[in-house]
Amino acid sequence: MDLRGKRVLVIGERDGVNAPAIEACVRSAGADVLYAETLCFV
Amino acid sequence: MDLEGQGRIRQVVEQAGTDGVIAVLGANSPTAVEMTALTLKSGDPSYAGSLAGIALGIPSYHILEPEITGQVDGALYDRELALSALAMDVTEVIAPMKAIRES
Repeated sequence: MDLRGKRVLVIGERDGVNAPAIEACVRSAGADVLYAETLCFV
Repeated sequence: MDLEGQGRIRQVVEQAGTDGVIAVLGANSPTAVEMTALTLKSGDPSYAGSLAGIALGIPSYHILEPEITGQVDGALYDRELALSALAMDVTEVIAPMKAIRES
């Protein structure tokens, strides 16, 4: 699966990988981010 | 995925459609990853959120799957992902992803 040109829903997690980090990474691979959220399970 | 998040995603998808849309997840447990991936593909399995009964068909990937990390800028990987990759059991966490995408 090639990330270039994909439109991405980013669903990060506070105790895993957060949304800003995922967003930066998928953008570096050429994807567009439609939505980004960091979930927090306590 | 919480109920408010389901509502926001439903709004985004209603406006933008689902063509070429994928989800990239960052959760650190197989259960959380599985629930989110199922919700985005087939609808909320708990029937509690606004995606209940709505099969969006959106495939989910984990940010630490080799298929994804292989496409990420190396310096960014080192800065943003390397520590998480050490801290979580990546093999266990990404185990449900492929099966859900192909089911």
